[in-house]
Amino acid sequence: MVVENAVFLIWVKIRINGEEREIAGGLTIAGLLEELKIRPGRVVVELNRNIVARETHGSMLLNDGDVLEIVHFVGGG
Amino acid sequence: MADMLNFAGSSFRSRLIVGTGKYKDFQETKNAIEVSGAEIVTVAVRRVNITDRNKENLLDYLDPKKYTILPNTAGCYTADDAVRTCRLAREAGVGKMVKLEVIGDDRTLFPDIPATLEAAQVLVKEGFVVLPYITDDPITAKKLQDIGCAAVMPLAAPIGSGLGIRNPYNIRIILEHATVPVIVDAGVGTASDAAIAMEMGCDGVLMNTAIASAKDPILMAEAMRLGVEAGRKAFLAGRIPKKLYATASSPLDGILA
Repeated sequence: MVVENAVFLIWVKIRINGEEREIAGGLTIAGLLEELKIRPGRVVVELNRNIVARETHGSMLLNDGDVLEIVHFVGGG
Repeated sequence: MADMLNFAGSSFRSRLIVGTGKYKDFQETKNAIEVSGAEIVTVAVRRVNITDRNKENLLDYLDPKKYTILPNTAGCYTADDAVRTCRLAREAGVGKMVKLEVIGDDRTLFPDIPATLEAAQVLVKEGFVVLPYITDDPITAKKLQDIGCAAVMPLAAPIGSGLGIRNPYNIRIILEHATVPVIVDAGVGTASDAAIAMEMGCDGVLMNTAIASAKDPILMAEAMRLGVEAGRKAFLAGRIPKKLYATASSPLDGILA
């Protein structure tokens, strides 16, 4: 049977900066950044070792087992 | 014509490149950099602390429109890590210039030269403007120049050591054969060290600890600006040769008998 227009709240496990987190399924990278209160303009996101262009943050869905790195510039020499 | 530091199609008035690490806070970083007159500033790429609610960012204090941001690969021990870090940095949208450092040992922080060469090759091919941190080895400098690096950056002494130029003779040989700018990177301790590098004919000096860890970083930033400027002018002016014996400055004629 196919259920149409049903909303399932599924939790998925992902790794963000080495830390395991449970997030709501269906969240995009843009959504996650918003949840974490991180300004997208100041960070770069790598998903499973591939850099995610800022323009695609809004369309890139996070899946169970994804490994995410969110980096930014800090003081350095 | 104005004396400018030119590389990779860009011109800079200041020959002092400064780091942004080790400052008390972002405000002090900003103030020191302003006083230093530097136009190129290095930054590191690190994970965002996702639980930290203070989302202040270094770039809130350093306008990328005003400064050329030079991301480094500090902390990378392999060519792959360094390349990965550069790619992430480029995505941040501050340009394609990178300070390549592949560390070989955590006690000396000396570079791993084979890994540096390997990473440089990949990065140049990918269109990066590569500024590699190297030991004061003329052969390495030559190889990196041949690969297509935009400059070479031999260390004066270990990072953060403040020892000044330990091997001026090697730096001289590097300078003699360089067709790209030579920027002394790391090991400068005080303004005279920077001046010496510039007097030798180096094209620039890159430093962080010497300013940031000085008792008064803002004052030291000014001292370094002046040291680099003084050294550069002295180099352009052409110093007198060193001699063992005296040459009188006052005329010998007309001395009272």
